[in-house]
Amino acid sequence: MLPGNRSCQGCGLSLAYRYLLKALRGNTILTIPASCLTVLHGLYPTTSVAIPCLNCTFPSTAASASGLVAGLNALNRTDITVVAVAGDGGTYDIGIQALSGAAERETDFIFVCYDNEAYMNTGTQRSSATPMGALTTTTPILTKQQKKKDMLKIMDAHDLPYLASASSAFPLDLYNKFVRAKRIKGTRYIQISAPCPPGWIYPPKDTVKIGRLSVETGIVVLFEIEDGKFRFTGRSKTLAEKGSRLPIINYLERQGRFRKMSIEQLTQLQKWVDLRWNEYLRRAA
Amino acid sequence: MSNVQIMTGNQAAAIGVKLSNVQVISAYPITPQTSLTEAISQFVEGGELKAEYIRVESEHSVLAVCISASAVGARVFTSTSSHGLLYMHEQLHWAAGSRLPIVMCCVNRGVGAPWSIFNDQQDSVAQRDTGWIQIYCRNNQEIIDTLIQAYRIAEAVYVPVMVCYDGFVLSHTMMPVEVPDADLVKDFLPPYKPHMILSPEDPRNINPVIFPWRRQDPEGVLRDGYMELRYKLQKATEGARDIIVATNRAYTEVFGRDHGGMLWTYRADDAEVILTAMGSLASEATVAADMLREREIKAGVVGIRVFRPFPKEEVREVFGNRCAIFVFEKDISYGYEGALCSDLKAAFYGTGSRAPIHNYIVGLGGRDVKARELAEATLSSLEAIASGTTEPETTWLNCDTYLPGSEVRGQGLGDRRQEEKCRINYSRSIKKNICCRGTGPARGVASP
Repeated sequence: MLPGNRSCQGCGLSLAYRYLLKALRGNTILTIPASCLTVLHGLYPTTSVAIPCLNCTFPSTAASASGLVAGLNALNRTDITVVAVAGDGGTYDIGIQALSGAAERETDFIFVCYDNEAYMNTGTQRSSATPMGALTTTTPILTKQQKKKDMLKIMDAHDLPYLASASSAFPLDLYNKFVRAKRIKGTRYIQISAPCPPGWIYPPKDTVKIGRLSVETGIVVLFEIEDGKFRFTGRSKTLAEKGSRLPIINYLERQGRFRKMSIEQLTQLQKWVDLRWNEYLRRAA
Repeated sequence: MSNVQIMTGNQAAAIGVKLSNVQVISAYPITPQTSLTEAISQFVEGGELKAEYIRVESEHSVLAVCISASAVGARVFTSTSSHGLLYMHEQLHWAAGSRLPIVMCCVNRGVGAPWSIFNDQQDSVAQRDTGWIQIYCRNNQEIIDTLIQAYRIAEAVYVPVMVCYDGFVLSHTMMPVEVPDADLVKDFLPPYKPHMILSPEDPRNINPVIFPWRRQDPEGVLRDGYMELRYKLQKATEGARDIIVATNRAYTEVFGRDHGGMLWTYRADDAEVILTAMGSLASEATVAADMLREREIKAGVVGIRVFRPFPKEEVREVFGNRCAIFVFEKDISYGYEGALCSDLKAAFYGTGSRAPIHNYIVGLGGRDVKARELAEATLSSLEAIASGTTEPETTWLNCDTYLPGSEVRGQGLGDRRQEEKCRINYSRSIKKNICCRGTGPARGVASP
C-alpha cells in the first residue's frame, strides 16, 4: 500500500488492509468487487497499491478468485496466493452464492470480508450485516429491526480448513491470522470488523477505540477455527479466561447510528451477544 | 485423410474445444447446452484434454471464472443457452470491456416467461449490444470449424466471440462432420500469447474506477477516459470484420472448407428474390429457394453468418439490385420488428435501394417451420407486392394471430383464405409486374 489513498478519514478498512497486505507479502493476486476498497485503490490511471488486482462484478468475487486459481493452475503457477476481498454487502448479500460455491469446490484461496455493517460505499444503506437497532439511510426512522446475519456460522458450515474473525483494532492478531492462513491450502475465510466513522457516526479519531470496545463487549469476537478446532485469540481469549466482558451499551452509546435504538432492542441484542459468547465458550472448552 | 464422423452439434463443439487446446473451462448446466459440457467433462476427466474444468454454481460465476482465468493468460471456454446467457448479461459486458479473448458457445433457445426449452434466437440476439462478436452456424460442420476460427479471431482483436447455433435443431441432431486434423489445428491456432497478463511480477490494477474524462498517470502521460476505451472496443469490433474474413480464408486454405466469412450466399448471383436468415434457418431457406426455382422464381439465399460486427458493406454489395428481400428470423424486438430486419434496412439506407423488404418472425419457442412454408410465405408476399396490396411489414409465420376482441382475423394458422393464397402459383406475369414497377433495382442502376 502506497502513501496516500482515497479512503475516508479514520477508515477501519484502510488499517486492516495495510496489515493484511503486510502479512501476505508478495506473490499475491487480488480480486475485488465494487466496494470501499475499489475507491481506496484509486481512480484510473493511478492506484494506491502495488499489488496485482482484478476488479470484478459485485456478485462474482469468489468466482473471480476461482478463475484466477484455475488460470494459474493451467499455467503451472501454483506458487501464487489468490486473495478475494469484499465488503459485507459483497459477502453476506450479493456475493454469498459465489462464495458458497467456491468454498464447496474447495477453491484454494483466501476470502476476506471486511465488515463495516452496511453499504458504506454507496452511502450507508442497510445490509444483512447491519446490526439490529442501527440507523442507515434505508432504515432512517425505525432502525434495522432484524438481527445481523451470522456469516461466520454460515462459512463454518462449509467445513473450511481455516476460518477467522478479526478486528482492525487488533493489528497483531489480524496479522497473525493472515500469516497462518497463507500457509494453509483450500478455502480460507477471514472476516474483519472494520469500523466506519461516517457510517457508524463517531469521530474519525475513535476508530481504534470503537474497534476495541466491540471486542471488549463481545459484539466482535476474535477467534479462529482450524480444521474444526475453535480457539479464542488475542483480547477475546483473555476475556474468555477472565470473564470480564463489558455490557454492549459501552460500545453502542458512542455511535450515532444507535441513537434511536429501543430498550427492547438493546435487551435483545445483549441477549444475543451473550448467547453467542456462551456458544463460543462451549466450543473452546 | 478424411476423418468424417456422425455427431451432434454439441459433440462437434466439444471436439472443437479439445482441438483448440482450451486450458480453462467453466460451465453450468442448461438445456440444450448440457451434452456439450458433459462431453468436455469426459475429455478432461479421461485425460484427452489437459484443462482445468470449474463446475460452478451459476452462469454469472461461469463468466467470472472465464474472465479471471483469461486475465492471467489462459485460453478459456464456456457454453450456455437462454436464461443462462441472460443471467450472464452483466458479465458479458464485463468480459468485452475487459478486452479478453473468451470464446463461448450459445446453444440458442427461447427465453421465458413462460418456460420454453425449445429453439429460437431471442437469447443471443438480445445480447447484441454487449460488445461480443456473434457468429451463427448453419450446420454441425460449421460449428466445429467456427470454434477453431473463433479463438484465432478473438485472440487477434481482443474481443470475445459468441459462437451461436440452434438448440436441438443442431445441438441434438446427428450429422456427418469432418474432424480437422489436430496437428493442422495446432499450426492454424498456436497457443495463446496474451499481450498483458495479471501477475505479481508486473502489478496492475485492472478495471478500476475510471473518470468520464482523460487523466494523467504519475509519469504525466494522458490516459484514456471511459469514452476512449469504449471507442477502442467499437473500433476493434468493427476491425474484426477483416480478421474474420481473413481467418475464414486461411481456414479454407488449410482445411478446404469455406463457411463464408461474414456471410454466405446460395444461388444468389442471378437471384431476383433473396431470402435471408441466420443459423439453421438459413439452411432451411436454401431448400425453399430450390422450391421457388422450380416454380421459375429466381430465388437465392444470403445467410448472415456474423451478426456483430454487422456485415454492412457485404450486405450492401450482395443485396444490391434485387426485386424483393425476405428476412426470416427467430427473434423479435418487441414494439418494432425482427432485429436482423432492422439492421439490414439500416445497412441499405443511403444506397437508394427501394427493394421491398418483408420481415417474417418464425419458429419462436421451437415452433416448427418447414422449407415449404418459407417458400409459400415468399410466394404470398410476392403476390401481394405484385398486386399492389399493402401487407403488414412483419408477418408471424405459422402463428395464429387472432386476438380476442379484434374484428380482423390475422394471417397464419387457421386462415383458410391466406393458405389458399399461398398455394397460387407464381406466374411469369406477376414476376414481371414486380420488377417493372420500379421496386427492385437500386437507384443509379440501369433498369431492365
